[in-house]
Amino acid sequence: MENNNDQLPLWEVFIQKGGSPFKHEGSIHASDKNMALQNARDIYTRRGEGRLIWVVPSDSIAATTVEEEAEFFDPADDKIYRHPTFYKMPEGAKNI
Amino acid sequence: MTEEEKLNHFNSLIERDEKIEPKDWMPEAYRKTVLRQMTQHAHSEVIGMQPEGNWVLRAPTLRAKKILLAKIQDEGGHGLYLYSAAETLGMDRSEMIEQLHEGKAKYSHIFNYPTLNWADIGAIGWLVDGAAIVNQVSLQRTSYGPYARAMVRICKEESFHQRQGYEIMATMMNGTTAQKDMAQDAMNRWWWPSLMMFGPSDKDSWHTQESMHWKIKRASNDDLRQKFIDKTVDQAYVIGLTVPDKDLKFNETTKHWEIGDINWDEFWNVVKGNGLCNHKRISHHIQYHNEGKWVRQAVMSYSEKMNAIQTAASI
Amino acid sequence: MTTKIELYNFVLRLADDNLILAQRLAEWCSCGPILEEDLAMTNISLDLLGQAEDFYEYASELNGEKSEDELAFLRSEREYYNHLLVEQPNGDFACTMLRQMLYSTYAKFLYEALLNSRDEKLVALATKGLKEVKYHFRHSSEWIIRFGKGTKESNERTKNALVELWRFTSDLFEMNETDKVLITSGISFSLRDIYPLWKAEISNVLEEAGLEIPNSENNIIGGINGIHTEYLGHLLSEMQFLQRAYPGAKW
Ligand SMILES: [Fe+2]
Ligand SMILES: [Fe+2]
Ligand SMILES: [Fe+2]
Repeated sequence: MENNNDQLPLWEVFIQKGGSPFKHEGSIHASDKNMALQNARDIYTRRGEGRLIWVVPSDSIAATTVEEEAEFFDPADDKIYRHPTFYKMPEGAKNI
Repeated sequence: MTEEEKLNHFNSLIERDEKIEPKDWMPEAYRKTVLRQMTQHAHSEVIGMQPEGNWVLRAPTLRAKKILLAKIQDEGGHGLYLYSAAETLGMDRSEMIEQLHEGKAKYSHIFNYPTLNWADIGAIGWLVDGAAIVNQVSLQRTSYGPYARAMVRICKEESFHQRQGYEIMATMMNGTTAQKDMAQDAMNRWWWPSLMMFGPSDKDSWHTQESMHWKIKRASNDDLRQKFIDKTVDQAYVIGLTVPDKDLKFNETTKHWEIGDINWDEFWNVVKGNGLCNHKRISHHIQYHNEGKWVRQAVMSYSEKMNAIQTAASI
Repeated sequence: MTTKIELYNFVLRLADDNLILAQRLAEWCSCGPILEEDLAMTNISLDLLGQAEDFYEYASELNGEKSEDELAFLRSEREYYNHLLVEQPNGDFACTMLRQMLYSTYAKFLYEALLNSRDEKLVALATKGLKEVKYHFRHSSEWIIRFGKGTKESNERTKNALVELWRFTSDLFEMNETDKVLITSGISFSLRDIYPLWKAEISNVLEEAGLEIPNSENNIIGGINGIHTEYLGHLLSEMQFLQRAYPGAKW
């Protein structure tokens, strides 16, 4: 391949709709921020799916790896006190 | 983790119907198969813009023009989602395009047929998208995460494609004699190729078994084809179209439509490059890819210049 | 009212501009320089088609006899009132984006001015169109800036496109009997009012792109009077093919 950028750099697209958190929708190619935002709009919001768009150069995203999976996420498995069902409520208590 | 532990972990994910994600360890053959299938699928969406694009400037009404343009745009979008999904496996889009141009990557044989009259646009939406949908619905459950998610998005968008095609066919079957003739002509030319879209019978295909085992494919070619036939034959009758198959009959016991023999020689002949449009489809893609080169270079150069100015200013 | 025929002609002019430019942009379908931009151009084309449909619908209402499709597909060349700029061939991508920028800037000021029209329907259609053409302006002007400052080649191509297209820009501000009548009745306004705004906006973009308005004495006019370049006839014969080949058929 003569040029890795022949299809322009890759960006990740995050879109917010309603009051929900931003959600990763996919990616697009673009050479600058403005183009990335417009491409994200043209590709991922054609059916009125969006209110706000974030675009991030894909190579700026730091990600955990599978090798780290156990270290990162297993410790959360035994902290059931973070979940509401961990707590015993007195008999007859409602709406809590 | 040892190689064996990795493989066991991978297999257990597949078994539990969990998704394989880009950074997960996966057998090389799995990666290759998924990548090949995704790029092939992506190229099909993009090349598929051409036969329909052949009529976009000649669409007969404002409404028809709008619908067709939006539909073709969706297909481009599908290509884009699928290229993105394929890129998660580390091959970038330039390379995929290069493979397409060099004939190393394939696309669906169906797009090598020409669109000869307006009813062909109806037939493509109704039959070609109809067949694609059956396949894509099943692929929503494919084991590779990014592929499955792309399929979910695509299936949502596909819902109007088949309907708009069927609407065109129905309108024409309700129209003048010339229109009815065009509709039946389109039906005659697109029916069999649509059935071929599911691929040859996979009774003894090792490829399919492996793909099914890894849950890349979730249903066999023959099962998917049958599903398509069963729903489409009735739709044809409803609007007065004849299915061009003298052996077609309904089996009262199985409750399935049984078709005559598919002419696989025709299929392989088209796959090998002898369809009416193989050459045109690829040379069109190459031509516009090359013509766009200066554009891509210009914007990269612009962005480098702007970044340099920004960096200088922040020092 | 006596202005009805003028209003009809004026609405057709707006409809035709949108339809012809949408048709030109649709030619890019599957031919874009990168897949993302293919979809972006289709979006612009679809916006314009939508606007064309709205204007034809209104024209059809004013006409009382012909449907919007009859208006869009069954008039002859001399009966189209679109501007010369929008019927010009796509050329390369720089040429298409420049044409888009020149037109979108014009449409932006035109629709803004029409917000003050005494014709409610025009106000409503202009309001809807304005949002879209603002986006088209943003999209196309950014491309022109990238090209102006991109590579030597992109700069040259954009310069050439400017020379090619500039000669059709005064046509955008031409007025005829229709305008005269509509201005008097408060339905439309003098296009001379928006010319300086248009020129200033274009100059801004070109300046940011490091380009200049070409020194051209030429101003070719005719669109609003149904006098066109030879390109329109070919565009129409393709666009009207089915309607002409199968008269009376419903699609
Ligand atoms: Fe498709
Ligand atoms: Fe598709
Ligand atoms: Fe589709």
